[in-house]
Amino acid sequence: MLKRRSFVKKNILLNNQTNPLTFRDVTFLKFPASHWRYRIVVGPQVITVAGKEVLVHGPGKVPMQFTINHKKYKACLEPRVTLLDTLRDQFGLTGAKRVCDRAECGACTVLMNKKAMYACSVLAIEAQAAEILTVESLMRENTLHPVQQAFVDNDASQCGFCTPGFVVACSVFLDEHPSPTPEDIRRGLAGNFCRCGTYDGIKKAIAQRMQRGA
Amino acid sequence: MMRAFDYVSPSTKVEAIHLLETRWGKTEVLAGGTDLVALMKDDVVAPMRLVNIKDIKELKGIVSGREGLGIGALNTLDELADNEELRRNYPALADALVDVASTQIRNVATLGGNLCQRPRCWYFRKGFGLLPKDEAGKDLVSEGENRYHAILGNDGPAKFVSPSTIASALIAYGAKIRIEGSNGHREVPLNEFYRIPKTDIEREYDLRANEIVTEIVIPSAQDVKAAHYEVRQKEAFDWPLAVAAVALKMNGSRVLSARIVMGHVAPVPWRSAEAEQLLAGSIISEETARRAGEAGVKNATPPFAQCL
Repeated sequence: MLKRRSFVKKNILLNNQTNPLTFRDVTFLKFPASHWRYRIVVGPQVITVAGKEVLVHGPGKVPMQFTINHKKYKACLEPRVTLLDTLRDQFGLTGAKRVCDRAECGACTVLMNKKAMYACSVLAIEAQAAEILTVESLMRENTLHPVQQAFVDNDASQCGFCTPGFVVACSVFLDEHPSPTPEDIRRGLAGNFCRCGTYDGIKKAIAQRMQRGA
Repeated sequence: MMRAFDYVSPSTKVEAIHLLETRWGKTEVLAGGTDLVALMKDDVVAPMRLVNIKDIKELKGIVSGREGLGIGALNTLDELADNEELRRNYPALADALVDVASTQIRNVATLGGNLCQRPRCWYFRKGFGLLPKDEAGKDLVSEGENRYHAILGNDGPAKFVSPSTIASALIAYGAKIRIEGSNGHREVPLNEFYRIPKTDIEREYDLRANEIVTEIVIPSAQDVKAAHYEVRQKEAFDWPLAVAAVALKMNGSRVLSARIVMGHVAPVPWRSAEAEQLLAGSIISEETARRAGEAGVKNATPPFAQCL
């Protein structure tokens, strides 16, 4: 049985005969006793499940690696930290915004393996193998991405808080639907909200990209 | 910030099942995470371990065979909506799929996760449980904020509505759900998978805490005419107010048998025996269709007319 409060207790309890898990490796014993209070990051526990070794990460900090905007990043994070909080708080990539934090508003939209998704609803630990692109990857040198330029040209933002999410969602949407119908736009971009109501400008920005070829 | 948990990513079904506890609450299965992560942030569920099943290759793939179409539980809704065979042979399901949630969610949400998503009842989401009661044990929904609650199957303590839109279409096509646990695997017709909980410790579906959904099998629908219809308050990115999925076996314009499933109206996807009986043997016309619709809601008890 798992107990939340004491990791040490849990390790012992995992060795319980009635539990199908057998505990093999007490990782914290590898550290000198004097270091125990600085033991923020520990290696994963190794447990044997159905005859195979499986790594159990956390609940403390876990070393993680990410590929974001074609660069490698490293951080030590608890498994409960979301990709969005990692981007913003660890790596200073604050383009993706934290608004609803419940997969409802789209302000945190990023690309994971070229697919738009909500960074607030994916745990950082799950995102390690993926190629992540944020709004910061769109600009080249000092030149705006064509979709960003179309937003500027068509006054497609007001307070601007939803804009990075919209720009990411629109850029991948136009890659997949170079000539979208109004119905395609309604369905494809329904996952982003603008509380200022700049939808008209956003539709004009999309129309501009369609004319010039996204 | 959600509560701390430990995290495992097994690569086989057997490992995943052994990593799950036998009682609800201690472990949860993580697939797309679009529902689970929000539930954890709101402390509605607080597992001590997350078992990420996304690395289990056995749970992916779409296979067409003698029994029909077998869809691995880990396929995303986007992958399903893009599947040519599904679109050709199960148009009502394809119709339901394109309007589920948003692009960002369909890109990560899985079929298994969609079918096991928890109800949207705001009492449940605020931590009052599936069968919300006040301190005196009085049901909170009946006299509370209930305009999106059940109008059918609501004679027990459960008043929430079943949240999956595509479950209705799948049930109309007669889909079965395959489940694997430490006692082996089993197959359940999808309409029997959902059940109305009577006590607080039950979930709204027939899945034990140490079981995982592995596959959905939809029987061949060559002789079936099916359609899916939704009523929404918001055009996109919202759960529908009501859904009807209808699958008819026809002989010319005469209906041999009908499966009529209504979604978001009861704690389970609701098969309407009344409407099915009315259509069986009759010739389809606007008049019979209207009478079937009326039969479907004849026994509805919107308990709270004063709020409408």
